[in-house]
Amino acid sequence: MSFEQFGWVSYASNTRVSKFVDYLQEGRIYATKCNECGQVEFPPRAHCIRCLSTNFEWKELLGDCTLITYTKVDAAPSVFRDQAPYTLGLAEFSEGPKVFAWIDKSITEAEVAIGMKLKLITTELPNRRVSYLLTKAKEP
Amino acid sequence: MAEYVGVNPIPTFHVEAACASSGVGVRVGWSMVQAGLHGVVAVIGFQKMTELDAAEVQDVMSRSGDVMWESPFGPTMPAYYAMHARAHMNKYGTTEEQFALVSIKNHKYGAKNPYAMFQKELSLEDVLKSRVVASPLKLYDCCANADGAACIILASGERARKITASPIWISGLGLASSPMSLTSRSEFASFECSVQAARQAYKMAKVTARDIDVAEVHDSFTSAEVINYEDLGFCRKGEGGKFIENGETYIGGKIPVNVDGGLLAKGHPVGATGAAHIISIAKQLRNEAGPNQVPNAKVGLAHNIGGIGMYAVCTVLSAK
Repeated sequence: MSFEQFGWVSYASNTRVSKFVDYLQEGRIYATKCNECGQVEFPPRAHCIRCLSTNFEWKELLGDCTLITYTKVDAAPSVFRDQAPYTLGLAEFSEGPKVFAWIDKSITEAEVAIGMKLKLITTELPNRRVSYLLTKAKEP
Repeated sequence: MAEYVGVNPIPTFHVEAACASSGVGVRVGWSMVQAGLHGVVAVIGFQKMTELDAAEVQDVMSRSGDVMWESPFGPTMPAYYAMHARAHMNKYGTTEEQFALVSIKNHKYGAKNPYAMFQKELSLEDVLKSRVVASPLKLYDCCANADGAACIILASGERARKITASPIWISGLGLASSPMSLTSRSEFASFECSVQAARQAYKMAKVTARDIDVAEVHDSFTSAEVINYEDLGFCRKGEGGKFIENGETYIGGKIPVNVDGGLLAKGHPVGATGAAHIISIAKQLRNEAGPNQVPNAKVGLAHNIGGIGMYAVCTVLSAK
């Protein structure tokens, strides 16, 4: 699958990490892990940010996320006009890396709070597109 | 530009650092004069934005961050800054009212600046009741797109003294970068590149934040100005809200900031802003700021952020 199918609209087509999109289609979220120094990166990178090695493997992220910050976007870019308002969230996986994604619209504005526990899930979008979404973490 | 002004074949090139472009241009021009490569350099910042409507500009700006991983989720420039504003509110208890006070100050001074796009004062109610763009930022928390141009002529001291009776000196320069992607950053209630750029510029100019008599900082959004107070060392981390609340950044306060209206009242012609900030400070140091003059301004700071805090450029200027 091509990275062109990532998100509501994709601005990148050729990438060394396009396997990420194949994993999304399988319902799984993967990071890249450097085999030289062990650095785990999400979103995935073909070059290690620490040692620039291209020797990496895929590692599934299974943990919950904690919300770091967010905003509800009312004035959206034209491609997203019909989707607005939507809430952008920046969250941190328990494994360390961070993610920038929408927060599930089923979570009300009053419920969204910095520090809340979320889970990153994969989503299917129209026209065989795939993405990920921050939704409520399951109660322990 | 070179063609229109009729100066071909002199050397000319473009500098790109988003909203910090002409601030960085001054750094490059300074370096060339210092190296003896050129005697007199013109740094021209310009931007024409009003030929696109606001929505079209927003579309372009939504692709000015991490195009691969963030743009597919429809971020906007206000959204990015709103996330930083939210983080600041959460970490330090800063309020929307405190952010709004920045807009009131800048519009008050903008009303006396004939070059400002908006020449009307605003009340607290005006700001708080304006429509939400990206929570918690509302219309009057945000600067407007604008057309603008600014030109700075740089020369060595010796050459400058032959051209003008009142040259203004560039005594400190700083430039730093932060990762473009929010996921690569660790701090959201501060712009680390501003902290680093200010440190470099103060060190080079042999001054501290306390020595600055007047400042132009990047107020693309009210919350950005509050964060800038802290990053540039005007007040302690977390105290930016109180700082504006206590009137410390008005003329007569501890450090007058953006007393020409700032980007909030003037508008933000992206490529011109860096040079325009420097010109505002130069006018203050030359005692030419009219009704918005800061008395006895001898040392000034111009600060610019590029994009969502990917670049920060600081320039210390002195009347010496």
